[in-house]
Parts: sequence; structure tokens; C-alpha cells
Amino acid sequence: MTTDAWFAGVAPGDVDAAAERIREGAADAPDDWPARAVEAGFAADEEEYYAALREATVEAARTAAAERERADDRQLVHAVRAMDDAERTANELAERLSEWAGTLYPDAGAGVPYARDLAEGEPDGPVEERVVSLARRVADLADERDDLRAFIERRAPEVAPNLSEMAGPVLAARLISLAGGLDALAKKPSGTVQVLGAEDALFAHLAGRAPSPKHGVIFTHEYVRGTRPEDRGSAARAFAGKLTIAARVDRYGGEFRPEIHEELRERMEAIRARADAAGSDRDVSRGDGEGDNGRGNGDTGRGDGDADHGECDADAGERR
Amino acid sequence: MSPALPEGVERREFDGRERLATRGPPVYGEPTEGGWRVWDAGRSKLGAMLELGMDADLSGGDAVLYLGAASGTTVSHVADFCGPTYAVEFAPRPVRDLVGVAEDRGNLFPLLKDARRPETYAHVVESGLDAVVQDVATRGQARVATRNARFLREGGRLLAAIKARSEDVTADPEDVFDAVTAELSEAYEILETERLEPFHDDHLGVVARVR
Ligand SMILES: C[S@@+](CC[C@H](N)C(=O)[O-])C[C@H]1O[C@@H](n2cnc3c(N)ncnc32)[C@H](O)[C@@H]1O
Repeated sequence: MTTDAWFAGVAPGDVDAAAERIREGAADAPDDWPARAVEAGFAADEEEYYAALREATVEAARTAAAERERADDRQLVHAVRAMDDAERTANELAERLSEWAGTLYPDAGAGVPYARDLAEGEPDGPVEERVVSLARRVADLADERDDLRAFIERRAPEVAPNLSEMAGPVLAARLISLAGGLDALAKKPSGTVQVLGAEDALFAHLAGRAPSPKHGVIFTHEYVRGTRPEDRGSAARAFAGKLTIAARVDRYGGEFRPEIHEELRERMEAIRARADAAGSDRDVSRGDGEGDNGRGNGDTGRGDGDADHGECDADAGERR
Repeated sequence: MSPALPEGVERREFDGRERLATRGPPVYGEPTEGGWRVWDAGRSKLGAMLELGMDADLSGGDAVLYLGAASGTTVSHVADFCGPTYAVEFAPRPVRDLVGVAEDRGNLFPLLKDARRPETYAHVVESGLDAVVQDVATRGQARVATRNARFLREGGRLLAAIKARSEDVTADPEDVFDAVTAELSEAYEILETERLEPFHDDHLGVVARVR
């Protein structure tokens, strides 16, 4: 039906109105729109029709793309911050809960998994009612965190395909968040990207109280934390360098570029080959991310500073 | 004997090598000479299909719907030799470049739309098209093609590049291709299929006619 047409009700020459219709309109079936437009007096002939169509589609695509892009990296920033808040709050409440539950049950456990167990229970009496209700909130919060993570995993590759491929979607979102947007991240030198999230350690260093941090939030990536301590500085430098390139490609082009990922893989292999050459028992802590245990979750945006050890390595040990 | 190239596409010599080329403003730093620019089969699945001698049966001036236009590498060549060319891409970032490509070409219409939802652009894209070219590299490639069959004229063609890994990273590509062509057969008669190696790994080129 001609009333569905993008040019229906649009005055010839009104590009903004036409672009708006192109963005918002819909039709079940296509039609011979050039002919319909001429019949309706929107255009004198096909040539004029196509010229108007081109002007309107270019305008619509330009404005829609710009709006979506602006919206998308900001949505990602909010989502990753909300995910961290949900995580932290769930853990805090779980701690409170397990303290409380300890006064009721001798075998009370700890953490979010225990809260999930409790949430299943049938409360008996007003005190248990409160405890079980609190446990349900904790479980819900943990679910919300998981949903936010799933959202980030879907969205980050659309907003920043190269950065997401390289860092994984969650770390990509975190880097964008720490920088304050993809645009800001793309403008940072790689030395800054390397220590993003390690601001505290960096200030301590600048104040002369500590050695300079070798890595910030990128420590959570396997490439850094899976490399033996004496090589982590080089690994972090190489990784940050390529991340910076990935962020720029995503910001200024957006095309997926396999070669930068391949280059990084090769560089990392070279760095790790040193450890093999030295015959050392290479520590391969797998950074497969934040499990449901609310722990092993090294990437909370906290500065790891110079601390090349700690929960992550211990974790890997446990898993073997 | 390979089929004739579409009118407006020629094999021409660049630096001593025969390459596919079309005539138009340059887009991605491709070699140019005397108004002709190289159509790099390694960067374009449709280019690879032509290079491998598949019978795309496109004629100069055809009206085309291109799904998965990205930043416009391939669709720029299509618009060089075809008529009205509608370019659908759903990721905003590449659309920025696509708009730049369209600005240099009077017959290229960029659309920031989702190819799985043709009703969101059926009020813009005309009916009776000669060809749908598809390179979406996303899950459900057969479904995208069947849903967009509504834009084709009788006897209109589908020229699709099917990426195995987009459907299932673990499955054997041949199994994926069988499943995809089977699903395509509901709406199209398959005329020719060809693996796109060495230009593109694990991709199947498909030429089909709408039923
Ligand atoms: C392999 S690239 C296309 C390259 C392009 N055809 C060329 O040769 O210049 C696949 C593109 O399809 C797009 N895409 C995937 N699913 C889509 C959908 N449902 N609707 C529109 N575009 C889609 C992706 O964003 C990506 O840009």
C-alpha cells in the first residue's frame, strides 16, 4: 500500500522528514516504489525519485549510525559498572547473611552459593523469614549480575569487535568504562591502557611510595596472568600495545582485522617461549573469568599494582 | 569455458596481473588505473565467486539488494556496474564508512537495518529486484535469504556467501553447507554451489533462483 511508502506524507525536498520515515517506517511487502512515487506526484520521474531516495537514505543512515554508536558504548559502560555493583553488593550481603545464618544453623556456609541454597528453603518463624528473604535478594542480585554479563557479552562485540576479540567482551567493556568511552580509550597511549584500573598503585608510585605498576585491569587476562612473573611486564606491554590498536580500529573503522589478533598471538608465543627455553614450569592460570563463586574474580577494576601474585595464582593451583 | 562477466566488470591488467575491475571512485585503497579499480577477490566473496567462474548472471544496470554491506567494500563494486543498489547493514560503525561510499555514488542507498527483519525496510526497497546478494556471516543465513526472497522478481537470483563458522564453529563445514542449502531450497532453486577457497576459507558460494 502506498500509505506505507517512505515518501508517503513527505513533502518533496523535506529531507529530514524523509529520513525520519526511512528510519521509523515499515511495510509488510515491498512495492514498485519508484512508479508509486511518480503516480503520487512525489517525483517527476524515476531519476528524480532515486535522487531523493539517495539523499534521504544517506541522511537516515548517517544520523541513525551516529546515534546508535554514541548510545552503544555508553550503554556498555553503564552495564559493566552495574555488573560490578551487583557483584560487590551480592558478596557483601552474602557475607552478612552467612554471619546471621551462623547464629541459626551450626552448618551455615558462606558466599553466594550458600545464599542460593538458603533461598530455596521454607522459612519457619519470623527470624528465618528475614534470613530466607535476604538470601533470595542475594540470589536475585547474583542472577542480575549474570544477566548483565550476558548482555555485555552480546553487546561488546558489536560496539568494539576487535577489542572484544582480543580482550574478551567483559574486559573490553571494562577498559572502555575505565577510559570513559571508546572514543576516550582510542585516544590513550598504550602506556596508559597498560595501567588502566591501577590508578591507586600509579599514584603511590608517583608519590614515590611504590614501584611503577606493570599492569592494571588487563592483569585479569590470561595473556598477562598466565605468563610467568618475570615476563609479565613484557606481556602486559605487548598486550596493551595491541589493545590500543584494536580500540583505534574499532573507533575509526569498525571492521574486523584478523591480522592484529594474529600478530598478538605470535608475540605472546614468543614471550612464553622464553619460559619454555628457561625450562621453567610455566604457570598457566586460566583466566576463564568470573565464576559464580563470587571469587576468582580478579577483574573488579581494582589496581593490582605490582602485586604479581595472590588470589589468581592460588586459584589456578586449586584447579589443578 | 567460464561464463561471461557482468557488463561493467572486466579482467584488466594491473602490475602485470589480470585482475577483476569495475569503474568508479576508489574506496579502500585498491589499485586504480584509467578510472578502473581492482575488485579484490580476497576481500570480497562476490568477487571470489566471479573469479572462480560461477555464473552470477548479473547484467549491467540490474536492481540489487545487498545484505551485510559492512563498510561497503563489495557493494561499492556492485553499485559501479548495477542499477539501484540497496545496501543493508545493521552494525552502526561500518555504516559510517558505507555512507561515505554512497556519497560518491548516485545509485547506492545505505540502510542501517537488520536483514532478519525485511518489514523494516520494505517501505524503502522496491519490489521486482533482479538479485539479492548476501554476505551476512551471522547465524541463520538461510533464514535471512528466504525472508528477503519477497524483494525478487520472478526468476530473480540469490548470490550468497555462506560462512560455515557463523552457523556452528565446531561442525564440519560440509555438514553446515548441506543444512543451509536444504533450508534455502524451500524458497530457492539452487543453481550452483562452489567453495570459495583459496580466497575465503570455509565459505560456500551459492547461486540460486527464487521459486
Ligand atoms: C563478512 S561481513 C560483510 C563484508 C561485505 N559484504 C564486503 O564484502 O564488503 C558481514 C557483515 O554482515 C553484517 N550482518 C550480520 N548480521 C546482519 C543482519 N542480521 N543484518 C544486517 N547485517 C548483518 C555484519 O555486521 C557484517 O558487517
